[in-house]
Amino acid sequence: MKNEFQVIAELIEKDKKVLDVGCGDGILMEFLKNNKNTNIRGLEISKSKVQECIAKGLTVIEGNAEKDLKQFPDKSFEYVVLSQTLQAFLNPELVINELLRVGKKAIVTIPNFGYWRVRLHLLIKGTMPITKTLPDEWYNTPNIHMCSIKDFFYFAKSRKIKIFKSLALSNQNVSIINDSNLTIKNFFADLGIFLIEK
Amino acid sequence: MNTENIIKTLIVKKPLKLDCGKTINEFPIAYETYGSLNEKKDNAILVFHALTGDQFVTGQNPITKKDGWWSYAVGPDKAIDTKKYFIICANVMGGCMGSFGPSHEDPNTGTAFGANFPVITINDMVNAQYNLLDHFGIDKLFSIAGGSMGGMQVLQFISNFPDKAKTVIPIACTSSHSAQNIAFNELGRQAIAADSNWKGGDYSSKDTIPNKGLAVARMAAHITYLSKKGLQEKFGRKLQEREDLKFGFDADFQIESYLRYQGSVFVDRFDANSYLYITRAMDYFDLAKQYKGNLSDAFRATRAKFFIISFTSDWLYPTQENKDIVIALNSIGADVGFVEIESDKGHDSFLLDVPDFLSALKNFLDKSYTEN
Repeated sequence: MKNEFQVIAELIEKDKKVLDVGCGDGILMEFLKNNKNTNIRGLEISKSKVQECIAKGLTVIEGNAEKDLKQFPDKSFEYVVLSQTLQAFLNPELVINELLRVGKKAIVTIPNFGYWRVRLHLLIKGTMPITKTLPDEWYNTPNIHMCSIKDFFYFAKSRKIKIFKSLALSNQNVSIINDSNLTIKNFFADLGIFLIEK
Repeated sequence: MNTENIIKTLIVKKPLKLDCGKTINEFPIAYETYGSLNEKKDNAILVFHALTGDQFVTGQNPITKKDGWWSYAVGPDKAIDTKKYFIICANVMGGCMGSFGPSHEDPNTGTAFGANFPVITINDMVNAQYNLLDHFGIDKLFSIAGGSMGGMQVLQFISNFPDKAKTVIPIACTSSHSAQNIAFNELGRQAIAADSNWKGGDYSSKDTIPNKGLAVARMAAHITYLSKKGLQEKFGRKLQEREDLKFGFDADFQIESYLRYQGSVFVDRFDANSYLYITRAMDYFDLAKQYKGNLSDAFRATRAKFFIISFTSDWLYPTQENKDIVIALNSIGADVGFVEIESDKGHDSFLLDVPDFLSALKNFLDKSYTEN
């Protein structure tokens, strides 16, 4: 399981009810179910990924986060997880609002566009950045609303979203982001992980 | 043909009050089983058939000599594995394969009920079939499954008996018959009624059969089970055993010949009055209405695990209608999975060899059974 999922799993206590939005092939779901006794549900847009989840015995609904989160009642999950897909939505703000409505807390991870390799790529090559976390070309990337860790910080503040914990992930290292080291973390972290509430 | 030995029948002694207000006593429910019930009696699956199905789910149907209607899905090592599970299927009330239906003799007149048979509902059907649990001494079914009208029975069953099934699989169905559904059924019924051999439903005592009306009903319905793309790919404008158009009303096109054939074989195995009664039961089906308009309330009492399946090209019970059931379940925090299967085979997809569907069904059942 990738490091990001380890970090997410550590943020979730045992025996909780969790919704994994964009759960993919269900790796995180399976881990939470087996190790944290999580009552876990998934929402996934890809039919083949949904099939993979069913084959793992996971409860998954085929659907689209922008349209299908609205069927879940307010605060019906203790945590809602959104891993590296916020930037792919037409309306990320709506999705964040929905996550915070459906979940008591949300865990959102974003590929950091402020990462030094991303900046360097654009600066030196003058073409759209391609990194390990952002492997696609500009013309076929699903990512239409890229943001940096700093952007997400400012966004949360302006929307009065409480950030309980924010973590920076670079290679295998996890570190805490706070107001004083934000600029540095925004430069060195490949991925940002936020535990938020409204 | 002596069908008495082929058709297993449970005579239900307990009186059953029907939705129409009448109470019936000592009525037969014809059923078939596959596989064997284990000692713990926790491996039973009750399968519900669709409009024109019967209890003969798989293998050769001993009456029609054709393959059972769900042969692709049910059998050894198949999606619903007869090596593992004990499968029960009953002919629905109103049907014509041995269960209490309009072709049964009315004790008051000594002739078939015909149009004097009470109008029955999906609710009546599942209440009648519930008696099979007692018959087999099963406290809780491992699963209930069915497509189309079978799916409607699945929904009604779990709402009537919320703690009697661990898993619930409604396929290609709806919680409420739409205007379009009712319209197509009405077309079929009117075709039967327009056949002079129907005789107001009393054809059996007059020794006639409304074959033509029933065949037209089947032809119209059959179109609704397929998709435009599927029809176009299979038939297009291909001509039937001829070089050119004949400038007449014979079956010039293969699609015409195909539909005529479907109509003609159907009348050999199905009863016109049963067709009227069962389509009526489908039209009356509106589960939300039974709960004052709140579909979620139909499922509030159950802790069962749901898995809902729809098909992309099904325009008779489209994905959105299946999704409405998912939404009702999610809004009460029920355990529900959902997948829409890609298929150009239309509503009939659930009866056909659609590998993504069959593997999803198998994986869901087998994984849920291991977690038992």
